Amino acid sequence: MANLAQAIRLALHFGEENLGVTDIFGEDVGAPLGGVFTATQGLKTAWNTPLDERGIIGTALGIAYAGGKPVAEIQFCDYIYNVIDLLKLCGNVTWSSAGEYHVPMVLMTPVGSGIHGSMYHSHSFESIATHIQGWKIVMPSNPKDAYGLMLSAIAEPNPVLFLAPKALMRQKGAELIPGEPADEKTLHNMIDAPLGDRSDWQPNWPPVEDYRVAIGEAKIARAGTQLTVVTYGRMLPLSVNAAETLAKEGLDIEVIDLRTIYPFDLPMVKASVEKTGRLLVINEDTEVTNFGEHIIRKVLDEAFYSLEVKPELLAGLDVPGVGLAWGYEQNSVPQADDVLAAMRRLATERA
Amino acid sequence: MPATPWIAPALDAQLKIAIHDKMALGRATEEMMIRMMRTGHGYFWIGGPGEEGFNVPLGLLTKKGHGPDYDYLHLHYRSSATILAMGAEPINLLRQMRATATDPYSKGRNFVNHFAIKPWNVVPVTPTIETQYTTVIGTALVQQRHGGDGLSYVTGGDAGSAEGDFWTCMNWSTRPGRELPVLILVTQNEFGISTPANQTQNNLRLNERANGFGIRNACVDGNDPIASWHALVEAMEYVRHERKPYCLQANVSRLYGHSSSSGANRYDEPDCLGLYEQRLIRENLMTQAEIQAVWDKHNAQLAQDLQIVIAEPMPDKSHVLQHVWHEGPAGN
Repeated sequence: MANLAQAIRLALHFGEENLGVTDIFGEDVGAPLGGVFTATQGLKTAWNTPLDERGIIGTALGIAYAGGKPVAEIQFCDYIYNVIDLLKLCGNVTWSSAGEYHVPMVLMTPVGSGIHGSMYHSHSFESIATHIQGWKIVMPSNPKDAYGLMLSAIAEPNPVLFLAPKALMRQKGAELIPGEPADEKTLHNMIDAPLGDRSDWQPNWPPVEDYRVAIGEAKIARAGTQLTVVTYGRMLPLSVNAAETLAKEGLDIEVIDLRTIYPFDLPMVKASVEKTGRLLVINEDTEVTNFGEHIIRKVLDEAFYSLEVKPELLAGLDVPGVGLAWGYEQNSVPQADDVLAAMRRLATERA
Repeated sequence: MPATPWIAPALDAQLKIAIHDKMALGRATEEMMIRMMRTGHGYFWIGGPGEEGFNVPLGLLTKKGHGPDYDYLHLHYRSSATILAMGAEPINLLRQMRATATDPYSKGRNFVNHFAIKPWNVVPVTPTIETQYTTVIGTALVQQRHGGDGLSYVTGGDAGSAEGDFWTCMNWSTRPGRELPVLILVTQNEFGISTPANQTQNNLRLNERANGFGIRNACVDGNDPIASWHALVEAMEYVRHERKPYCLQANVSRLYGHSSSSGANRYDEPDCLGLYEQRLIRENLMTQAEIQAVWDKHNAQLAQDLQIVIAEPMPDKSHVLQHVWHEGPAGN
């Protein structure tokens, strides 16, 4: 069973072989490391760049202009801020040129906390990213979705930001990727580079198949009737676990894995809220102008009279960074107990 | 069918006269657009009057076409004469100036001189002034793999070269064994909006910054189209055949200031067109009457064009929602 990093790698391999990927690049993306999370090991089009985020994004845009299909990486989203104008450019090319050019590129970057990453390896980025128009933004919560979302991102003619929840990179999935060997050791031996000298190593790719998760389609990760939880990425497994715990208390909670943050699956969210009458949005990003506020606003616009209690957002504290000390991190990003408590409170609040 | 190899045309008398024609067309077009701004037929003006002596040879030497066999152009907003020298219709510049629905470059969305012409590999011009120095890396990388003699060139001003993207371009295009066919161009007009270059640059020959990367470089008088022609031929032949970068600075004038924001008034700086016309007369290539006829031809055509453009529709406000997303298959 592939973990999330392996799933990304398998998807990129499929993209190289079948979807026209021409370049996978970023700092440490090529050999010998193959990415700080190993998500790009052994890929035939992977190459290392200078430590220069502006060069990475500009090059990706240029490759797209010239008919290529680039997949670029910013090593951690915390280092993406000096390319905001280039991201804006990628997102406005189609519109500003009235359709003369478009930008088929994928930008992947790890996000979120949970690895003792301190101030510059723990940020979230989705809220800021949704202010950069012209991008589609996806974030998987499990390996199979990571695979399917990456294939859809590669096939997409518009720029796609693929946010990888770094705390889940080593998490294995519950479902096999089509074509993936069932035995995880077999997969490991096939596609993971050996420790030490790997100069002669070549991966032995399994015959993975075309499997897409459509951009814009959320998934009901757990069905329920008393509360709608909308979340994604690292907060998804915490939310499902909390829902299972609360089921033992007689609470029946629906958890929606958004998977695509923009454009998000409003019809699914709306239908769920119309069923449950209650909405809790959970993510790791800081709370002020958090994308969850937009989700809540859209629900207020579309399903206000279905709500029995006020909707809530559980998000990160509005502080400049995620501190290294574990207590700091626990107190600035929602943890399992916070998720459980928020869900219990909202599910049981008197209407 | 493979593209025909690029060969610089011989700079004969006929071509010298053609260069003047295109330079005059560029100037007349820019001056018409300044008048449009002044008379309410356009909003903001920014352009390149004063750079025709360099920009016209650049346009005429461009290997024009679509795909990696041809040159990719990463221009800035002072490149009108380059586009016109390549054969662009001046009426289309007027359309963008007026922001009409018929503007072929942005359908009324962008400032004038912000081109996007895929059949000619002209990638979208953006006001950011520096990002083109990074996007050029990507097209050049595709061309390096593709082979042939197509190159990618990037134009920017001396102010924009202060941004890190200028360094990014030089660094990425000189990685050992991975050199790229990039022609790095700087038009040095010695101003960044209102700030004189001597307050921001310790060496006005910005091309010499390329020495640190081992990039061959040169500086040319951009007010002299003949010198510019020869400098561009030398630079292009090197990049096309060696498949390595070259940095060329052209010293140019900025005859109408930064933009309409600074009044777009005529400044007393050397005028490449006046200087070139004196030369053409001195060398008995054109008479004063013939030169005047060129101006009259272009001004008359532009006056007709303006009447057409004024009568054309403005974009429907609902069209603002068009082209947010590309709906067709991927691939430029």
